[in-house]
Amino acid sequence: MKKIAIAIFTSLTLSLTAQTADEILIKVDKNMSADNRIVESSMTDNRIVESSMTIHGKRNSRTMTSRSYSVGDKKSFTEYLSPAREKGTKMLKLEDKLWIYSPSTDRTIKISGHMLRQSVMGSDFSYEDMMDDRKLTDIYTATIINEEEIEGRKTKVLKLVAKVSDVAYHSRKVWIDTERFVPLKEELFAKSGQLLKRSTLSDVKKLQGKWFAMKIVYKDMLKQGKGTEMHISSIKFNQKIPSYIFTKAALKQ
Amino acid sequence: MLAIKLAFKNLLGAGLRTWLNVIVLSFAFVLIIFYNGMIDGWNRQARNDTQNWEIGSGQFWHPAYDRFDPYTIAESNAVISKDIQDLIDDDKLTPVLIRQATLYPQGRLQSVLIKGVDPNQKVLELPTADIQNSQNKYAAIIGKQMAKSTKLNVGDKVLMRWRDKNGTFDAHEIEIVSIFKCDVPTVDNGNIYLDIKTLQDMTTLQDQATMLVAHREYENTKLEGWEHKNLGFLLAEFDKIIESKKGSGLILQSILLILAMLAIFDTQVLSIFRRQKEIGTYIALGLTRAKVVGIFTVEGAAHSILAAIVGAIYGVPLFIYLSKNGIYYGTSAQDAGMNIPMAETLYPYYSVGLVITSIIIVVVAATIVSYLPARKISKMKPTQALKGKIQ
Repeated sequence: MKKIAIAIFTSLTLSLTAQTADEILIKVDKNMSADNRIVESSMTDNRIVESSMTIHGKRNSRTMTSRSYSVGDKKSFTEYLSPAREKGTKMLKLEDKLWIYSPSTDRTIKISGHMLRQSVMGSDFSYEDMMDDRKLTDIYTATIINEEEIEGRKTKVLKLVAKVSDVAYHSRKVWIDTERFVPLKEELFAKSGQLLKRSTLSDVKKLQGKWFAMKIVYKDMLKQGKGTEMHISSIKFNQKIPSYIFTKAALKQ
Repeated sequence: MLAIKLAFKNLLGAGLRTWLNVIVLSFAFVLIIFYNGMIDGWNRQARNDTQNWEIGSGQFWHPAYDRFDPYTIAESNAVISKDIQDLIDDDKLTPVLIRQATLYPQGRLQSVLIKGVDPNQKVLELPTADIQNSQNKYAAIIGKQMAKSTKLNVGDKVLMRWRDKNGTFDAHEIEIVSIFKCDVPTVDNGNIYLDIKTLQDMTTLQDQATMLVAHREYENTKLEGWEHKNLGFLLAEFDKIIESKKGSGLILQSILLILAMLAIFDTQVLSIFRRQKEIGTYIALGLTRAKVVGIFTVEGAAHSILAAIVGAIYGVPLFIYLSKNGIYYGTSAQDAGMNIPMAETLYPYYSVGLVITSIIIVVVAATIVSYLPARKISKMKPTQALKGKIQ
């Protein structure tokens, strides 16, 4: 019995160490990406996510709550629910296009080109950060550089160096929980090697057989402040989302 | 001639009343010339500064560039051709590469424009040679206002983040090697100047520029692949400010002029009312009514001539002093938070045209208000007038 246990343990350890950086990334992509999720009704993944985003400024912090509807990773619709100033602001993403509706001006603006580099609602995220849904394996060459423990979880530290030129961050360091295939920490670097942004993911929960980090702290490392915190309060899968939600007309409703 | 002689005799004979009118009118004169001289001086100074520091005799822009739309900057660059390089080497043009960046002074975030300039250029007054004197590849010069807003001094290093032509982030510390003083806010506020070669390396935009600034003596307006922007276009915003300032000044000047004209009008009405016997005598002596009207009109209008003389007595030394020493405001428009080119000391400019125009306006206005009450004379009956009866 003991021998069997040792054999299983050894084979498991070997299988883990044998994993290449690319394999780990593919597994992370599989866990995070919607494409491979087989749900009851169809091959697409419908989600309604409610979350809050707290932006810590120099003097004060403000929290915004929102509800997002998404189908796969190509269509999403987000509506801000609070505070009163942001209530009614809506964002629609269809493929690589993004529109924003602001109730105060009653106008819909298409965010394109260099406007995508602007901050989302004053947070540390840019529209571009939200829009880039290319798989990490498609744009980076990964190597395992270390193994570390984060809050009791064993992680492998992957260094990702861009293999395409049109990428915002030349290199990244990602700490991946090699059992759950969830990144727990990520650092984004400039071409010069300067650390630009750091995101810390925590409160990992298993939902529908996949692991999700329910809390993300995203920080611009060059700027003072505590960054932007994002809490996912609920994720509902396989909800019926009417198709009109993903139209420009829905922005003004 | 008789009318003029009589008019001046009567006028001087009226004593204090005349001089009071003349002094009030001379104030209007001096103030009109002073205000317009100040605006003209500011206009000349600001245009000159803007040309010397920013626009030369004009600029050649990349066709996609729009100075009011920062989103165009990333796509607004083109390779400098051999012909253009020859003109640059001859100091007829100087290239400027513009990119957006984020500066992090003391952990704060500030959006800036990085302008790559040729350290050897002789087209603009920017002290670009200071960049070359430094050993640091990332040597930068900034304006006084920019230094104030970012709290940076010479020798300070500050982290800057930018994107290359593909949108990939890069970041590095830059060193402030000199701080210049410039009264053109668009040159100073939010701008950082680096060696164009360094910026081209940083952004992987080798041999490229966003615009070419023409030397003040370079008059060609055609360069293939570049759009010429003349002074009229580049200074259009400033011209509008001057126009509006002149417009608002016109209201003040009109009020002053109206007050002075009211005084003349009043004097004329009183003269005609009190000097009926004199009017009757003139007519009795054979002067036509029109001639008598002429005497009174010239008399009223002569106020403006005397006012011009009195105004010149104290105005000319004042204007000479001001145009030499300028008017010191203690703070420039930029320091006061205004985004307009205006120096701490303004040197008014009094052109001959301005003085002549002002004199004509005042003389014509004074003549009109003198004529209006004098028209009554033509309806007077000489016999009644001789008796001094009110008509």
